[in-house]
Amino acid sequence: MSRPGRWSWQGGALLLLLGWLVVYPLALVFIQAVHGPGGWTLDHLRAFASRPSEWHALWNSLWLSLASVAVAGALGIPLAVLFATVEFPGRRLLGGLIALPVVLPPLVGVVSFLFLFGETGFAARMVQALFGLENPPWRLEGAWAILLVHGYSMYAYFYLLGRAGLAGLDGSLLEAASALGAGRWRTLRRVVFPLLRPTLAGATLLVFLTALASFSAPYIFGGGFRVMTTQIVVTRLNGDDGLAMVQTAALTVLALLGLRASRLLEGSATLVGGAKGKAPARRTIRRPAMRRLFTALAWLAAVLLLLPHATLILLSFVPAGTWTVETLPPAYTLRNYAALVAEPERLRPLFNSLWMATASTLAAMAVAVAAGTLVVRRRVAGGRAIESLLSLPWAVPGTVFAIALAALFSVRAPWLGRVVLIGTPWLLPLAYLIRNLPIAGRPVLAGFRGLDPTLEEAAAALGASRWRTLRRVTLPLLGPALAAGATLAFATALGDFVTSIVLYTYDTRPLSLEILSSLRSADVGVAAAIGVILTLLGGAVFALGNERKAVAP
Amino acid sequence: MRGERDSFLELERLTRRFGEVVAVDALSLSLARGEILALLGPSGSGKTTTLRLLAGFEAPDAGRILVRGQDVTRLSPVSRRFGMVFQHYALFPHLDVGRNVAFGLESLGVRGLELDRRVTESLALVDLAGYERRGVGELSGGQQQRVALARALAPEPQVLLLDEPLSNLDPSLRERTRREIRALVRRLDITSIIVTHEQEEAFDLGDRIAVIRQGRLAQVGTPDELYQSPASAFVAGFVGRSSRLDARVVAGDARRCTVRVETAEWTVDAPAPGPAGVAVLLLARPEALRFTAPAAGGLTGQVTDRRFSGALAFFTVRTEGGTTVELSAAPDAAAVGDRIGLAPSGPGLHLFAGPES
Repeated sequence: MSRPGRWSWQGGALLLLLGWLVVYPLALVFIQAVHGPGGWTLDHLRAFASRPSEWHALWNSLWLSLASVAVAGALGIPLAVLFATVEFPGRRLLGGLIALPVVLPPLVGVVSFLFLFGETGFAARMVQALFGLENPPWRLEGAWAILLVHGYSMYAYFYLLGRAGLAGLDGSLLEAASALGAGRWRTLRRVVFPLLRPTLAGATLLVFLTALASFSAPYIFGGGFRVMTTQIVVTRLNGDDGLAMVQTAALTVLALLGLRASRLLEGSATLVGGAKGKAPARRTIRRPAMRRLFTALAWLAAVLLLLPHATLILLSFVPAGTWTVETLPPAYTLRNYAALVAEPERLRPLFNSLWMATASTLAAMAVAVAAGTLVVRRRVAGGRAIESLLSLPWAVPGTVFAIALAALFSVRAPWLGRVVLIGTPWLLPLAYLIRNLPIAGRPVLAGFRGLDPTLEEAAAALGASRWRTLRRVTLPLLGPALAAGATLAFATALGDFVTSIVLYTYDTRPLSLEILSSLRSADVGVAAAIGVILTLLGGAVFALGNERKAVAP
Repeated sequence: MRGERDSFLELERLTRRFGEVVAVDALSLSLARGEILALLGPSGSGKTTTLRLLAGFEAPDAGRILVRGQDVTRLSPVSRRFGMVFQHYALFPHLDVGRNVAFGLESLGVRGLELDRRVTESLALVDLAGYERRGVGELSGGQQQRVALARALAPEPQVLLLDEPLSNLDPSLRERTRREIRALVRRLDITSIIVTHEQEEAFDLGDRIAVIRQGRLAQVGTPDELYQSPASAFVAGFVGRSSRLDARVVAGDARRCTVRVETAEWTVDAPAPGPAGVAVLLLARPEALRFTAPAAGGLTGQVTDRRFSGALAFFTVRTEGGTTVELSAAPDAAAVGDRIGLAPSGPGLHLFAGPES
């Protein structure tokens, strides 16, 4: 690993490409924060510092993200412990069902929440009808609404990572604790949680960064409550580019500080050592009353967590304008789905999303495979830099990249690596590509690391050229890793809202913006139908991933 | 012997099934206080499951476990207070050596200076005094093994369970560690059960050995008893070296039996397993055979291999009938390629019913 790599032109080229795609736009943000049409200036910084609303938004972003971590952890960790350690009827099915919030694209999740818990949503209508109220009993708005959505959509990170971490524990450690007289709680506190620390730190970071980058929930539910992501988009709409750059830079710094803090939280990563034993056995509950209680609780959790999906499906069958004051919609139709394919103007966003997601996924996979070959196999010099650049977009909020790319590709200066792409169909796929680099890169690099290099050497010894070895040996063996990277990247690009809203034009508008405009024109059914399609695609990806894990040794 | 005393730990028809498989089948054992019992058997024979039933990690489908006459079968591992040394040690990787050893004491409510004192004592027992603040990852395999032992012993358990405690050590370290464990457990006079699949280890550590086969007790006894009077062909084959010869009963009574082995007729000091003419299995220890001059009416063969081992050498002989036989003799008794005869030379021949049982 520490062996110094050799310089190669391919490694240099890849480093240059990633530098241009990932570092250059970000650097430009920081430069333009202190640079205006008239040269270097501190005006933007001063404007930012002097306005309390900016500090408010920054503070809101920070505390809301931390609170999201707390809520998601409080929901996800107990569920992970429950499903990983206790055996009860229906555990497998429910365990899969309650992970489903991860398959809702952010905007789709927000829309379903709006019609479930919003002031005209099912829950509010039911309470209203039940108590004969004149007005909706609550409004879904502000920090608490955002926190509710975040807790719902992000608890799954704690749940899934926590379950995987628990399953990876050496079961004999828990047995050792109980043989040494430690009860369940003491074992949990003194053995399980300390060992899960790196896992939990990882989930914490993931939720923190996701919440910090979250745009859909604050955009729809924020009302007067501003966070940095919404603040940046508004500032840009107002045409104050300099200030937007300062805001973007501030958000970037906050994200990178979070990344740094989580590394400290993780502690020493050398905890996992020695021989791995069997995974801890699940405890079967013998007392029938307790077993019924656990089963009931798990079902309740599953039903609550699946309500947004149900809402979305129900709404997608509601004809426009028929649902007014009733608790449940009075009429149902397939027209919304038909409209999606029948009307050319409706078909366009679907077409746009499909080709842009496909193109960006293919490009991201090509970069990932090139990186895997160069970094893992050939161990070129600068491998570590290539890997960091691949994963950097993961830590940086989507809004930041959107703003950065808008800045980079709005000027024609080919000798500086800048061309005008704004207004062309190429900008969005490029943005998706950058956001997909870590999503595609991580599984593919891991796949390369798990690949036995002697197989490739054997192919070479049998006279296969480097290209033939890649095509006939490496890529087929990497199949599962490639499938994982590609499907996840495709689903992410397909559902993207946060970068699209900054960079789209009418001609290139993707599905997510069609959802937004359908909502604005009160075309709820169509918005929901698009949401259902996106969710199904996400679910298929998720199922594929689980399937593969089940088959893998 | 120890059996005269009241039994301290008793397993009564202990049974554990996993679906169709009966991992432990009505196993009954009884240990005197301070006795060390080795559970010996091939892998998959159910010995580890037995240990886990004793520790309380598995619940038996039938049967009881008694300590000093008290039924502990339904007690949780926490309240059972059996010490356990795991095959891979299961040291807590996030705690240092001292805290690992303190873990069980803290469960008992030991705190402060008393805790420190007993941790120090326990580590001194295994020759690791002063290692309290070391991380467990910094220790060698042998040291980790000793920490695991100190951790299990610190809360002064009533019974000590050891699961293949030496399997992860270098061969050179095994013998020494074996002696240390034996001396320590003896000194503390703690009733122990040790699981192993190596006969040498079982002989060295156990006062008695219980040979397990397919979840059932094949035989229990001292090493001498097992070697000198194995209860079945399986035990004879599993404990100590032996050669298998197909034979047929010629005549016999309750004390001795004459059998035909290929062209020879031998008389063995054992009851006949069946009437004249029945096929039996003859197991011969290496020291139970000797070389003779090849002669008609005797068992003849050719020496195919010779392995020197100090005062004796082990010879492999291929008989006329095609059976491979091993015997020990003076190193110059024969050379590879010699045509020789074989004859019984004393105790160490055992007869069992059937060609295979």
